Amino acid sequence: MARPVSTDAPDSTTVETPDRPEQLGPVFKAAAGPAKWADERLGIAGLARSNLRKVFPDHWSFLLGEIALYAFIICLLSGVFLTLWFRPSMAEIEYEGSYQLLRGLPMSEAYASTIELSFDIRGGLLMRQIHHWGALLFIAAMFAHMLRVFFTGAFRKPRELNWLLGVGLIAIGMIEGFAGYSLPDDLLSGTGLRFVDGLVRSIPVVGTWLEFLVFGGEFPGDIIVARLYIAHVLLIPGIILGLIAAHLALVVYHKHTQFPGPGRTEKNVVGYPLFPVYMAKAGGFFFIVFGAIILMSATMQINPVWKYGAYNPEQVTAGSQPDWYMGWVEGAVRIMPGWESHIGGTTWSWNVFLPAVVLMGLLFTVMGVYPFIEQWVTKDKSEHHLLERPRNNPTRTAFGIAAMSCYAMFWLGGGNDIIATQFHVSLNAVTYFLRAAVFVVPVIAFIVTKRICISLQRSDIDRLLHGAESGIIDRSPEGGYAERHVPVSDEEAFMLTEHQPRKVAELEAGEDETGVSTGKGGLKERMRVKASGFYYADQPEKLTSEELAEAKAHILGHEDHAELESNAHANGSQSEDSQSEDSQSDEITAGEDEQAGTTPS
Amino acid sequence: MSTHDEPSRNVVDERHPLPDPGVEEHLPRLTDVDESRAKRAERQAAFLFALVPVLAIAFVVCYFAIPKTWSVDFGPLQANALHMALGLTLGASVLCIGLGAIHWARTLMADHEMVEERHPAHSSDEDREAALVEINKGIDESAVTRRKMLIRALGGAGLVAIPAVVLLADLGPWPTKQKRQETIERTIWAPEVDPNTNEIVQYRYLVNGITYKRIKASDIRVGQLVNAEPENLQDLHGKDHQVEKAKSALIVVRMDPQSIKIPDSRKDWQVGGILAYSKICTHVGCPISLWEQQTHHLLCPCHQSTFDLGDSGVVVFGPAARSLPQLPIAIDDEGYLYATSDFTVPVGPSYFERDSRDDFKKGDN
Repeated sequence: MARPVSTDAPDSTTVETPDRPEQLGPVFKAAAGPAKWADERLGIAGLARSNLRKVFPDHWSFLLGEIALYAFIICLLSGVFLTLWFRPSMAEIEYEGSYQLLRGLPMSEAYASTIELSFDIRGGLLMRQIHHWGALLFIAAMFAHMLRVFFTGAFRKPRELNWLLGVGLIAIGMIEGFAGYSLPDDLLSGTGLRFVDGLVRSIPVVGTWLEFLVFGGEFPGDIIVARLYIAHVLLIPGIILGLIAAHLALVVYHKHTQFPGPGRTEKNVVGYPLFPVYMAKAGGFFFIVFGAIILMSATMQINPVWKYGAYNPEQVTAGSQPDWYMGWVEGAVRIMPGWESHIGGTTWSWNVFLPAVVLMGLLFTVMGVYPFIEQWVTKDKSEHHLLERPRNNPTRTAFGIAAMSCYAMFWLGGGNDIIATQFHVSLNAVTYFLRAAVFVVPVIAFIVTKRICISLQRSDIDRLLHGAESGIIDRSPEGGYAERHVPVSDEEAFMLTEHQPRKVAELEAGEDETGVSTGKGGLKERMRVKASGFYYADQPEKLTSEELAEAKAHILGHEDHAELESNAHANGSQSEDSQSEDSQSDEITAGEDEQAGTTPS
Repeated sequence: MSTHDEPSRNVVDERHPLPDPGVEEHLPRLTDVDESRAKRAERQAAFLFALVPVLAIAFVVCYFAIPKTWSVDFGPLQANALHMALGLTLGASVLCIGLGAIHWARTLMADHEMVEERHPAHSSDEDREAALVEINKGIDESAVTRRKMLIRALGGAGLVAIPAVVLLADLGPWPTKQKRQETIERTIWAPEVDPNTNEIVQYRYLVNGITYKRIKASDIRVGQLVNAEPENLQDLHGKDHQVEKAKSALIVVRMDPQSIKIPDSRKDWQVGGILAYSKICTHVGCPISLWEQQTHHLLCPCHQSTFDLGDSGVVVFGPAARSLPQLPIAIDDEGYLYATSDFTVPVGPSYFERDSRDDFKKGDN
């Protein structure tokens, strides 16, 4: 809100300290009575004193989790409205409502009541669409929030448990969403359930048993909608509410993380108070999210179930797809080769079990264990409240982008038919391409991202050592041109140097209790050292204070500097491709590092 | 860890090679220094708040005034007038609350950044020790350390969880071998058999899925695909109807017998190039329906498994692993098609106990 762009701010900070106590006087007096009444019964003054002015840092990316929370609340509100009319029954009736095209057709009560909600209840369609858009946004916001937390390292100690709660929320949120869109019993949702039936069946040994227990017998039966309904409106939302409460309680206890910057350290939190600023901002944001969802629901159609017709197990629409968050599982199932083992009288359906059940389990397992793996590699047991800029942890960032690209390839697979028809390419070619792409693209993404991160780190170092561009061009007596550089501000320099230094693990020959050498570590330790080497590979060393002081003096003091720069630039422009320019800057950095090594510190 | 040992401000170490310059100086906003700007911001926020009741009333008016059947046209797009009016008024009014509140916060609320100290997540050593003492006291007073039998017995009492799980056993029938044979391993294509003599009394005729009229072989042209159901499906209703339909749905195609491969073992399963296959995909059970007439390929729109109906339904592409089950059909004196038996293998997606050795594989004869 008030981050100055330069340090030479006008010295007028005293101007706007408003005399608030006087302004608040009347309000204070009016509230005194009820507040006292409440405090005498609840003792809330102590709570208010310690929490009302709690400080939260400001950053747009901290709003992603808020969007998820608000979208969930919006789903609760709109969902209550829907339960007043929706009938979770698969009993067959003949539709006699106002939608002409379906009149006289047999359908389940669930589907008929959804049609009734859409056409005969005023505002019913709006509420249905709010509920569906809200659900899509809920999961999208959770994923975006999770990525923010991941890429900034906000999951590090002491927040690992909150990360796990978040992983649980995403997993359960996806199940909740699936249960919800299976309820209307239209052709699309029935097709989704058919898919789940096949998925459950494919589980080795217990699949058929689970299928019969879940569906109450053979697919589709007449009870799955009622069962999904109670899970969707009571059981799962209850679990989600509990997880959200724990998630938020931990945020309050740990206090929010903050990005590095002047005055921001591991031991403080800089920002605005909960009351009034964040109450207004966060409260206002709830209404903005809510308003945006309502406007979307008013103008953008979603899940027009009356167009699909009632579920009929012998019909399906080309282009049938699940909601977006199930798209990657759908894609995995589509591009999986048809592998099946027939051993004796048994069938092992790898073509469904691996891409659906195992892959989903794998995603959440990798997400869940990642913080602990990173901690094992770095041996970093300290508390972290300052976020890392993604570039300052190239391996983590690269891993995240690789995972995202893998997810994206699977997700594209979920629309391989649409891609084929829209871009006029062979469906088979798209499928074969994606079969390879899910393995190849993440590797490429990893390497490219890691190089970009390291380059960005080098550019930070370059800015610190050689200053920022001033926009002033000097002409030397020899006729060369060079841009004058100025040191970056103290604030920026502090921000650019606040990250953690790299600490590559080294094997240490240990001794056991009796003094006998245990050699260079055990297998586990050797693995850790290898992992650590990979984790920190190619990262530039952090600048020391001596180097920084020297560089600053150099930029400010040296008359020859502009000349040196111009020579360097001339060399750079002579070279034929950008690669050599890059390697040149490598040399510069390496040179500085060597210098650092010889400087006694 | 080192970061908690000493105040970091202005301390230079490996982590912080530069001294902390401290939080940026606060820059006043226009509304802080110019009262007329502040007044304007106040008016703007107040106007947004004032719109809320206006739009809320508009919502109520629309709710009662606009008939449910009115529609509005936007060129190629069409919308229900009541739905749009309700959504736009409600959405805009809710949005105005948010915009007003945030405008207020951004322009008029104090925007001094505050600094709050953090405390490590762990409790103090003193607290830890005290807590341990209390726990030990509690354990001691509960007498568990001296009376081991109690704890063992209590552990056994944990088995009370078993009834809770067992209670779920009746969620569905158990797919025992016999149960599977009665359910997922049979369809209503099986001819009706006299229980006493074991003789077939009634074959199941193929009927059109919509009109329930019997299908005449002479009505199917070469290259044509017809959706069919067993005639007896119309006797079933509700759940039974859906369950049986999900297994017995059939596609009937007529191909030029010269252009397709008919294995010797299936010579009697077809009528002059008319073949019948299960419509249920062997992958995850979608009804397959996209028919490529020239190649005799049938493509599942869900996951694109492709089967060659000119080669006993073998898989030619996609994630499915098994051939489409073929239904043996014959023709009666009047030219109508009927099934001579049930499917010879279970239809639909794979399951663990399925014996898949008898399914047709490419090259079988």
